[in-house]
Amino acid sequence: MQILCLGLSHRTAAVDVREQFAVPEAELAPALARLGALPGIAEAVIVSTCNRVEFYAAATDPERAMCSLLQFATERSGVTPTIPEPFFAHHGTASIEHLFRVVSGLESMVIGETEILGQVKKAYAAAAAAGSTSRNLNKFFQRAFNVAKEVRTRTSITRGPVSVGSVTVDLAEKIFGKLSSCHVMILGAGETSELTARALLSRGVKSIFVANRTHERAVALAEEMGGEAILFEECDSRYHEIDILISSTAAPHYVVTRDKIGPVMKARPDRPLFLIDLAVPRDVEPSVNEIEGAFLYDIDSLRMIAQQGMEVRKQEVLHCEQLIARHIDEFHQWLGAARPEPPSGQIPVSDS
Amino acid sequence: MDRLPLILSTLCFLFGFAAMAASVKAGHFRPRRFNLAMMGAGFLLQTVFLGQRGKMIGHCPLTNLFEALIFLSWAITLFYLLIGPTYRISLLGMFTEPLVFLIQTVALLAPIDTPHPALFPPHSPWLEFHAAVSVVAYGAFALAGIAGIMYLAQEHQLKTRRLGTIFFQMPPITALATTNMRLLWAGFLLLTIGQAAAVAIRVRVGPGVMIWGGAMWFSYLLLLLARRLGPRRVAILSVLVFVLSIGALCIFNHFSKGEM
Repeated sequence: MQILCLGLSHRTAAVDVREQFAVPEAELAPALARLGALPGIAEAVIVSTCNRVEFYAAATDPERAMCSLLQFATERSGVTPTIPEPFFAHHGTASIEHLFRVVSGLESMVIGETEILGQVKKAYAAAAAAGSTSRNLNKFFQRAFNVAKEVRTRTSITRGPVSVGSVTVDLAEKIFGKLSSCHVMILGAGETSELTARALLSRGVKSIFVANRTHERAVALAEEMGGEAILFEECDSRYHEIDILISSTAAPHYVVTRDKIGPVMKARPDRPLFLIDLAVPRDVEPSVNEIEGAFLYDIDSLRMIAQQGMEVRKQEVLHCEQLIARHIDEFHQWLGAARPEPPSGQIPVSDS
Repeated sequence: MDRLPLILSTLCFLFGFAAMAASVKAGHFRPRRFNLAMMGAGFLLQTVFLGQRGKMIGHCPLTNLFEALIFLSWAITLFYLLIGPTYRISLLGMFTEPLVFLIQTVALLAPIDTPHPALFPPHSPWLEFHAAVSVVAYGAFALAGIAGIMYLAQEHQLKTRRLGTIFFQMPPITALATTNMRLLWAGFLLLTIGQAAAVAIRVRVGPGVMIWGGAMWFSYLLLLLARRLGPRRVAILSVLVFVLSIGALCIFNHFSKGEM
């Protein structure tokens, strides 16, 4: 028995190509039934996400099964898939390695992201419910989930934020813990500050104040986010109420100065203030960071932390690959490695 | 031979710390069950040793500096096991293990295990209560000092924007500040109970002990009242006062020939 994989991903195909082959959730059951009925395919799983569409199969006749997978892809899209681009095709250990890498986040757009694991679990559950999996793919996917768990717990591949939004949320949580009691002020209702505020909102911050030089814009954004619009001139008198300040005005000078924040922090020594300055030129006077309890991050420092997080993840890839390699060997042995694989070139696949 | 449980306990703390330090160095640190297991095993062995010692001398094992240090280590570990999981600050273990290892190693190697059979008069449970509760209070103060160090480390990383390997594994600074204050309060209440017991039973001590005891109680009272100075200063002071109190204890003990 061999495991095969035919698919395309964000690395090999643009979104307009990927969407041609995507299998919506509602169509999964009939698609799996059709795939399972094709010659040579004993078991099948379809993984279809916004970044990848992959067809996995267990087969005793890999050549015939691969032809069936290609036929299935053609039927769905009306386009004949070409290999190696936009489609890739794997068989044997390359298929095993591919799925193990996918669930571990090594093939994701953002290395180490964990959403893909949930998506693959869902795809496998749908296939199992549709009765298109049996002993081989059951074992294969269960092993893949174990690999993902091990990679996540034994390496730093998922650690550290890798985007400005996630850096902001992580820093806020390292200052305040749970954000459910935090009050946020948005100073300057720009797109960047809105995105950052939304990231914090997703973690359940208690309230949001929005201030903008054009008050109507503040009102509109506050309504959108379920917050309160305040007059721009009112901001200075409201700093004592907030825990997080997101500033992104177009002012050519400092809007938030040490003179304004100093007295606020003196009156609340055990309540920190997290200032996120997304503006260029900067809105917050840099020396505010010297005030006890005030933590100031500008856009460069946030980007730098995100970049460091990405570097750490890249460095961890080798460590992850070592862990994965062990599992590939073990699974391959279980699958019956004694059975010879077809010589390279016998079927239209790449064994990368 | 009677020291065997203590030696094994010291090794448990060493192994726990070594495992955590290795994982930090490797860049993929997270508190593991192994560390908690080492802390638990170390605590059990400490308890066995103190139990055996108490049985042997017929008193609470606080008759000399050696026993006081072991009792202090036991109290620190006890507080860690009570507080760590409760406040989900298991990383305290990373700092607790080397501290306990250091205290026990010093106690084992230094020539301070001199017998003082007459220190506790027979049938003096209140005196033993005073001594035991006071040492347990210092266990809380030690852990408060550790929470203070963690607060300062985390605050430094946040201020300088240099986020090290363990930054994302550390508790939020507000949680560390709260833990620091709670441990200071717990220690202060225990110390007050211990001191009150001493006053109630009219313990006769030398002036050195009286000054040290009074000064420490007063220092911790001031520290609690100084909360308005902000968590950073409280963290610094909780470390300083603890180091000073232990340093003073050792100095007084040396010059008073075991009066403590």
